[in-house]
Amino acid sequence: MSRKVISSTTKAGAAAASTNLLRVVDLKTYFRTERGTVRAVDGVSFTLDRGKTLGVVGESGSGKTVLSRSIMGLLPKRNVIREGHIYYEGEDIIDYTQDQMRSVWGAEMAMVFQDPMTSLNPVMKIGKQITESLIHHLHMDKHEADETALSLLSSVGIPEPAQRLEEYPHQLSGGMRQRVTIAIALACGPKLLFADEPTTALDVTVQAQILNLLQQQQRERHMAMILVTHDLGVVAGRTDHILVMYGGRVAEFAPTPVLFSDMKAPYTEALLKSIPKIDYPSHTRLEAIPGRPPDLINPPPGCNFAPRCRYAQPRCLKEDPPLMEGPTPGHLYRCWFPVGTPEGQEALARNEAAGATAAATPVSIRPTNVEEL
Amino acid sequence: MAGSGTAHLRAAEDTILRAENLVVEFPVGSTGLKVHAVSDVSIDIKEGETLGLVGESGCGKSTTGRALMQMPRPNSGEVHFEGRDLTKLRGSELRQVRPRMQMIFQDPISSLNPRRKVGDIVAEPLRIWKRGTKEEQRERVRETLEAVGIDPDAAWNRRPHQFSGGQCQRISIARALVLDPRVIICDEPVSALDVSVQAQILNLLHDMKARYGLTLVFIAHDLAVVKNVSDRVAVMYLGKLCEVAPPDDLYSRPAHPYTAALLSSIPVPDPSVRPREEGTLGGEIPSPIAPPSGCRFRTRCPKAQDMCAQVEPKMRQVGLGHYVACHFPLEVEESKKVVPKAAAKPIGGGKARS
Repeated sequence: MSRKVISSTTKAGAAAASTNLLRVVDLKTYFRTERGTVRAVDGVSFTLDRGKTLGVVGESGSGKTVLSRSIMGLLPKRNVIREGHIYYEGEDIIDYTQDQMRSVWGAEMAMVFQDPMTSLNPVMKIGKQITESLIHHLHMDKHEADETALSLLSSVGIPEPAQRLEEYPHQLSGGMRQRVTIAIALACGPKLLFADEPTTALDVTVQAQILNLLQQQQRERHMAMILVTHDLGVVAGRTDHILVMYGGRVAEFAPTPVLFSDMKAPYTEALLKSIPKIDYPSHTRLEAIPGRPPDLINPPPGCNFAPRCRYAQPRCLKEDPPLMEGPTPGHLYRCWFPVGTPEGQEALARNEAAGATAAATPVSIRPTNVEEL
Repeated sequence: MAGSGTAHLRAAEDTILRAENLVVEFPVGSTGLKVHAVSDVSIDIKEGETLGLVGESGCGKSTTGRALMQMPRPNSGEVHFEGRDLTKLRGSELRQVRPRMQMIFQDPISSLNPRRKVGDIVAEPLRIWKRGTKEEQRERVRETLEAVGIDPDAAWNRRPHQFSGGQCQRISIARALVLDPRVIICDEPVSALDVSVQAQILNLLHDMKARYGLTLVFIAHDLAVVKNVSDRVAVMYLGKLCEVAPPDDLYSRPAHPYTAALLSSIPVPDPSVRPREEGTLGGEIPSPIAPPSGCRFRTRCPKAQDMCAQVEPKMRQVGLGHYVACHFPLEVEESKKVVPKAAAKPIGGGKARS
């Protein structure tokens, strides 16, 4: 039924965008708190095609988790301001009521959460947790739902699935529990899967297993995925587009290969350089990002990354850069002095010569690459 | 692996801290069963060296770190520090050693008392040990806070909740440094921090090590982080040591199948490297209550033979300073295929530390 609601009421205007599964336009999500209004998501726009994967990357507090919950309508109503448009299958779902969203959740969009320990119901058998949505959304009878749950569990690589259906979450390891939450999310065949830090709580070998599983399921089901993570390594090989968020806003949005080969936002560059990489020699000095993420209640005037940016110029402290288009179609970034452009190089050279940026952040001269040393 | 043996230990007179045949077991209720958390692990550290202890959750790396500190005491084995066996020391004798061995914990916020002021938190070790006058203590705390990048005037009267995670970790580091320790055991000191802040803390630890002549035991699950900070890396699996080697060797030519599996699981921040779907480790870590016989890794090892179930491999040398506990270690050609290679030119900058 959910599917019918959405596709039959599709407006004529959206017909052209038939490959667009999701189009988010200028989405804002603010929280009213005692200290003031927290601008957790502040004007984010992007599109996602069917069957494609979008990686959303940023530090804690960059708004990446709020973005995915806001799109799915999982935030409380009280003290939350949501503005903008969320076109799903051409239909704007931002003003959907809880009842209307219920037909979207599970059957159209589903989410895998970060912590598999707390996202399962500890007092309900695994089988019941999977069949619940099958019975509700797909109107299966109990027997049919049990059969489906069994095949779901084996498709996500759980050994002895029949026995597992009768077990409780505490009887499974962290990796197995995450497989169960994936099975629950996939149960009703959603077209869009949100995976919010799906592997952060897991070990590195299990992380690889879970990411491979998500990718394989996505291919088989031709499902779109939004993979939210703080780890650029996780998204590099597994996404089609990447959205880099900083302080609730888009710092850069680009096709994955373009983002890595021709990044324009200094924040993206700084984030990538601060990660220790396995092919660096031992004791390579890391390029840390000085300072801390911006205050989302009283964001600084000008560019929100300027206080921590190596490229910052006086203009960056006064004028907020808009999203600009890069040389490759579909590449957007927010910066007055982009990385790899003559203006950017001049700005950096000026700051290196002065030993500090316009925001008075010290800058040391950095060697161009490791092999020189 | 699951190997034991002491072939990888160096001459006792060269080392500052040396643990031999450590065993730590925890009883499971009153069932008579035991969790074999650490089983016959031997490690040693030279003065000024950083030893990286790496492995997945439940491999016993934190328990090993704590056993070195005698909290709790190991069930058997010896820990030699400054020429004395800590496992034989009792009460005040052991207490006298403690200021020279300090610890930094994973969660910077919960490891600081939320009700106390930063100045008092960092000064407390000095007060307990009655080091110097009030004025001297104050001066020492100021100097240490400055060294870790915290402004002492601004921070002195504030409480931990007024600081970010990275700043709290700096305060924890100051508290560990204030007694002038020789050895600091860092238990996952950056795992709770964001990548941008993680780099700040790793650089800080390196600077503090140079400035105060520290020896570090660095426990972490992130292989890239461990490679970055360590002079020697020990890989653990299910309470046993697998492989011990200098970091550049370990990462370019892993000899143990488990090390190879760990390395091939690391996601590489480069879209031209496709994540591999084969070759990643299947299955899960077995229960430490009933670990597999022989080599403990055999149940997940692609190279396991009958022999691995019967005979426990011992540490043996495979290269300069490179030791492995495996019956069938990887040949050089095999291990070359394992290491995820990023694009020819590194994307990031960075200079070698002098």
